[in-house]
Amino acid sequence: MNPWSAISIGLKEIWANKFRSLLTMLGIILGVSSLVAMSALVKGMEHGMKEALVAIGGVEKIRIDPEDIPAEQRHLEDQAVGCTIRDVYALQRSAPLIKLVTPEMRGMGYLHLTRGDREVDWASVVGTWPSALEMNEHVVEHGRMFNELDEENAWNVCVIGTGIRDQLFGSPEEAGREIIPIGESINIKGQPFRIIGMFQRYESEQEQKERELAKHQPKQQETGPARRRGWGNRGRGGYVFSAKNKTLYMPLSTMWAKFRQGGSGTNAVPDPRLSALLVKVADVELMEPALQQARNVLMHTHKGIEDFEFETQESWAEEITLRIRNARLSGGMIAAISLLVGGIGIMNIMLASITERIREIGIRKSIGATGADVFVQILMESVVIALLGGLAGLLASFGLVRFLGLLSPTENTPVITVTAMTLAFTFSAAVGVLAGLVPAFKAARLHPIQALRYE
Amino acid sequence: MALIELRNVSKIYRLGGEEIRALDGVSLDIESGEFISIIGPSGSGKSTLMHILGCLDSPTSGAIKLDGVSIHDVSARELAAIRNKKIGFVFQFFNLLPKLNVLQNVELPMVYSGSFARDRRERAMQALKLVELENRAKHRPMQLSGGQQQRAAIARALVNNPKIIFADEPTGNLDSHTGEIILELFRKLSQEGRTIALVTHDPEIAAVTPRRIEIRDGKISKHLDPKLAGLDRVDSEHAARNMEQSAGTPTSAAN
Repeated sequence: MNPWSAISIGLKEIWANKFRSLLTMLGIILGVSSLVAMSALVKGMEHGMKEALVAIGGVEKIRIDPEDIPAEQRHLEDQAVGCTIRDVYALQRSAPLIKLVTPEMRGMGYLHLTRGDREVDWASVVGTWPSALEMNEHVVEHGRMFNELDEENAWNVCVIGTGIRDQLFGSPEEAGREIIPIGESINIKGQPFRIIGMFQRYESEQEQKERELAKHQPKQQETGPARRRGWGNRGRGGYVFSAKNKTLYMPLSTMWAKFRQGGSGTNAVPDPRLSALLVKVADVELMEPALQQARNVLMHTHKGIEDFEFETQESWAEEITLRIRNARLSGGMIAAISLLVGGIGIMNIMLASITERIREIGIRKSIGATGADVFVQILMESVVIALLGGLAGLLASFGLVRFLGLLSPTENTPVITVTAMTLAFTFSAAVGVLAGLVPAFKAARLHPIQALRYE
Repeated sequence: MALIELRNVSKIYRLGGEEIRALDGVSLDIESGEFISIIGPSGSGKSTLMHILGCLDSPTSGAIKLDGVSIHDVSARELAAIRNKKIGFVFQFFNLLPKLNVLQNVELPMVYSGSFARDRRERAMQALKLVELENRAKHRPMQLSGGQQQRAAIARALVNNPKIIFADEPTGNLDSHTGEIILELFRKLSQEGRTIALVTHDPEIAAVTPRRIEIRDGKISKHLDPKLAGLDRVDSEHAARNMEQSAGTPTSAAN
């Protein structure tokens, strides 16, 4: 008997017992859809966890900070040069495992941002190169980033984040419209700067959803005296986004010339040391060799004085991986159990069904069906039930995910992945085979005469 | 060479330490084209004989040759293939599958012999024509009368062109008129040259066949064979006595 006729016999048998088959399938449908939905939820969670990590530049980003000279090299202190722009060039030249190097220089003391009577409570004011955009995953939405010309002339230009705009010009929520302050002027520690560009608004998916939701709902009336409501509702990694929105970039040379006037006397050269070097490795898998390479290069430019240290986001990434794995494991376990229960349901029904059909099996055997034919027929019935249930489960999972989305609209959007669907479908097929084995074996072993005589 | 050769075949069942000899040293030849009946009261061993002849069961001892092939120590799988290709069964209770229509029931043996769908349909329709049931092809067995169901079952038995057809009490579940029609159909098939073995407890039904074998207590007690001109010699006193007793029963012209 060819497999197609086995499948068509299976389908007929299922069609003949529609209601019973549907009930049997329900177990598989629930199992598959919960497996897919569970994995979609975890995937959404993973996106939510990773978006903050991505927002600060991803795992590939390594920060090189100046560090105190180690005790055993203290006597070489007067020869130490610190982190300088030479390190940047050296790394670009000699460290092939590092694909991007960006210098970062901050002002001496806090650089106060003001405009008229408005001021910014806190901001990250950094002098850097245009490559900082790629390094820190910034996107200039309005205007432009400064270029080599701005750098060359150390012009007073800056690119700001929306958080700074909100505090100096007013947020879209206050103003009722988006203010784009390109061409406007602000003061940085008393010096006038022209805004030439503004980044896009960075926010987590959850914050964005909450904002979208708030748009359509009437604003809740504040009750009681007006007050600040503290730091709640920041969400996981929410501070990463609010900090990123309060970034101000200016050309490195501008920062050096205008805000590094340390020391005393008119001839004093501004301090050329960098606040940090940011590098991106070409391949996360080669993180350690890349670090080794960078260290070798820097030890050379620093004359063997180890006055720097590396900082990576590995532990953050590892923590995310760990948490996702745990969530996936526990969720998958529950879904797998429900799929297993579905399989037991199939086996139960198949056993009942072959007892009902002993005579049929006897007839089939008497006209020439082999044990293998009967085995395949019963197994196929079980597999067909499981596969139909699996398919229906995949369809149901879309509905389930949508339903879950309606329940908690601000949660990270569940993402149904092809992998999860394939996995769940494969599982349902495997469950069908496993559930069909015992009944099929029992049916195949029936003796034709005894089966024919069975009443 | 005979189509079926049975040599000293015994079938012994063990029920709780007790030995039951369902068949006891039976030897029998069936030639191709013969129309034969196996007759005996219930419990005589005639069904066991038919099961062994029909390769549904294997004997405890003795040798069978079917169509020149020795059926000895063959696997269940090979027995199934023999049943499929060389043997057709007609049962007392028709044994059609209720969920399939008549055509699908008739096609079933060909499903297991692996014929192509178009071929299956064509041959099944031919077989249905032979039993004059072609206009009921799409009906379910339950929508047919008993006689029609039995004719469908005969069509199913014929469809793979078997060497021999076994009919186990084919009229047992039918009224006498319908039974006549079925027997007439068997006679017609026999005249077309098919080998048919009727198994029955009813001497009247056995009377339609030229050759008759009577089974009692697992042994052939009487053997009427037209070729032996009624002088069949089963060397047992018991059989001889029986033959005398049955002299008055209606028998075929060959006697």
